[in-house]
Amino acid sequence: MAGKTLYDKLWDSHVVRQEEDGTCLLYIDRHLVHEVTSPQAFEGLRLAGRKPWRNTTIVAVPDHNTPTNNWDRGIEDPISKQQVDTLDANIKEFGAQVYFPFKHANQGIIHVIAPENGATLPGMTVVCGDSHTATHGAFGALAHGIGTSEVEHVMATQTLVQKKSKAMQIKVNGQLGSGVTAKDMALAIIGRIGTAGGTGYCVEFAGTAVEGLSMEGRMTLCNLAIEGGARAGIVAVDEKTIAYLEGRPFAPKGTDWDKAVAYWKTLKSDADAKFDAVIEIDAAAIQPQVTWGTSPEQVTAIGGKVPNPANEADPIKRAGIERALQYMGLKADTPMSEIAIDKVFIGSCTNSRIEDLRAAAAVAKGKKVAANIKLALVVPGSGIVKRQAEAEGLDKVFTAAGFEWREPGCSMCLAMNADRLSPGERCASTSNRNFEGRQGPGGRTHLVSPAMAAAAAIAGHFVDVRQA
Amino acid sequence: MRAFTKLHGIVCPIDRANVDTDAIIPKQFLKSIKRSGFGPYLFDEWRYLDHGEPEMDCTNRPKNADFALNQPRYQGAEVLLARDNFGCGSSREHAPWAIENYGFRVIIAPSFADIFFANTYKNGLLPIVASSENVDRLFRECLATEGYALDVDLKTQTVTSPTGFSFTFDITPHRKHCLLNGLDEIGLTLQHAGEIKAFEARHKAAQPWLFA
Ligand code: SF4
Repeated sequence: MAGKTLYDKLWDSHVVRQEEDGTCLLYIDRHLVHEVTSPQAFEGLRLAGRKPWRNTTIVAVPDHNTPTNNWDRGIEDPISKQQVDTLDANIKEFGAQVYFPFKHANQGIIHVIAPENGATLPGMTVVCGDSHTATHGAFGALAHGIGTSEVEHVMATQTLVQKKSKAMQIKVNGQLGSGVTAKDMALAIIGRIGTAGGTGYCVEFAGTAVEGLSMEGRMTLCNLAIEGGARAGIVAVDEKTIAYLEGRPFAPKGTDWDKAVAYWKTLKSDADAKFDAVIEIDAAAIQPQVTWGTSPEQVTAIGGKVPNPANEADPIKRAGIERALQYMGLKADTPMSEIAIDKVFIGSCTNSRIEDLRAAAAVAKGKKVAANIKLALVVPGSGIVKRQAEAEGLDKVFTAAGFEWREPGCSMCLAMNADRLSPGERCASTSNRNFEGRQGPGGRTHLVSPAMAAAAAIAGHFVDVRQA
Repeated sequence: MRAFTKLHGIVCPIDRANVDTDAIIPKQFLKSIKRSGFGPYLFDEWRYLDHGEPEMDCTNRPKNADFALNQPRYQGAEVLLARDNFGCGSSREHAPWAIENYGFRVIIAPSFADIFFANTYKNGLLPIVASSENVDRLFRECLATEGYALDVDLKTQTVTSPTGFSFTFDITPHRKHCLLNGLDEIGLTLQHAGEIKAFEARHKAAQPWLFA
């Protein structure tokens, strides 16, 4: 019999029961909650007179609607405020293991705060009403986004009705070049497999280049699994995973820690495990990436050009390119490095951790943001990241260069708060989605790594960070 | 949840691949704490020429006449015909809520994004995966015939066009049962509460730190 994949191990250890058609009830260990996708679920519980099955699995925080400046004024948009107040009230009524309300010192983006507090652990099943829950797979946990009805289902039953996905392995061999990051790796993979390439799969990222990534880098990589269509991305547990978790507030302690570590070390695919699909990628060939279109798969290397739709044979794809170029206000065959930008956003659950801020600050240090840039925002992923960055003096580096240093939250990743693009504005963004209107109606988003975003801010246009 | 058995409904074609949930319902509408009222804002940025905000009255907003939802021939449509990777992007269930609230009951596409696909079932919608050839054929027929309507029968798992062209589709027995009977999935799961408790006890013995 063939060995088990990491996905098999995580799946098998959580199956409560299985129907004849393969539908399973899967037990959920960690339920992350934010203000946007939970109100209707709590309301559902209330209407049905149900209580959470195990409210100590819940970790909650408001992040999407919270402002990133002028915190003394509170939340000025009344509809945003109502949503955040509703979360406050729901947690008060139904309970949680931990809740960081608006303005709490540890508040931040849900996918940043759970790992940094040790609330995401290897071997767990982790869900959240948010597609970027894939992030937590970096810890060898089975983590994926769910809809609001499923949020209610998990709260009421501690389980999820699920069918097992197929298993894909994406092996990134060799070493990334200097100036090339986990973000570039992820975008290059999406460029290769397409935004639906991972649909129906749980993707395990492996290979020496993935092993070489820090935990922050692995979180960036798994975070973007969903943009490649996969509900979940996972990375096997190794010494880095364990070292990252040791001493975090919700990580196990004492003899529990020793037992946990012994178990966690088994959380990797067996050498003879079989995958339904395997993709191999050469890390050394990956260049810094920039998206040019309105889907993350519409991406190229910084040395590349905006594609010419005339070169695309498939009529549906050609129409897609034409529509994207029109929306993005770009001419075919323009070199990426000639595209000037208006705004820069460094943040989001993809790239707002301490390592991301360090990489951006290293590029910005001693330089000035170009005159054509209207706004360059740095939004740390959490209060903890913010304080760490300030202790290292990164905030001073950014502000001296002309960046704004803000309070933590989702911010301009999806522009539900006041941070957004105006119609036609072009942004170098470290976030995860370049969809039409994502950063504000009519806004034009180019996805890049933190170092590339900082380099673009300084140059006023995209530029190869390796030559900046 | 509304039960779904069969339907004879007008088809509205959205001829784009990779339609994402931000396009289906833009984020400003996610600020609502309700489950209903999203229908008027379905495809807001494609459907209207101005910028939509929550709780706006849509009756007098300027409409994009080119967009299918605004064309007289597709009024009252209950079947949404779409292209590959429909519903990609965020997990927001507001997307199926908006589609259902507008009046659609069925979505036919060659492929769907995973989370969106799961979300549709919880809201009395039936997503049908059809081959690219069948979808192409439906698009052709639909564009050629005003008032084009399909028959969709969940019991027999068939789609039939007015030209007599017909094909079957897959659905898991569990989902079919829930949809046919309009069952609340939570209630069904809680019938297995004993098994969940027993699993929990074993799980706790194996990994006590998860229960600390
Ligand atoms: S940072 Fe962006 S992608 Fe991440 S949770 Fe917030 S809105 Fe979603």
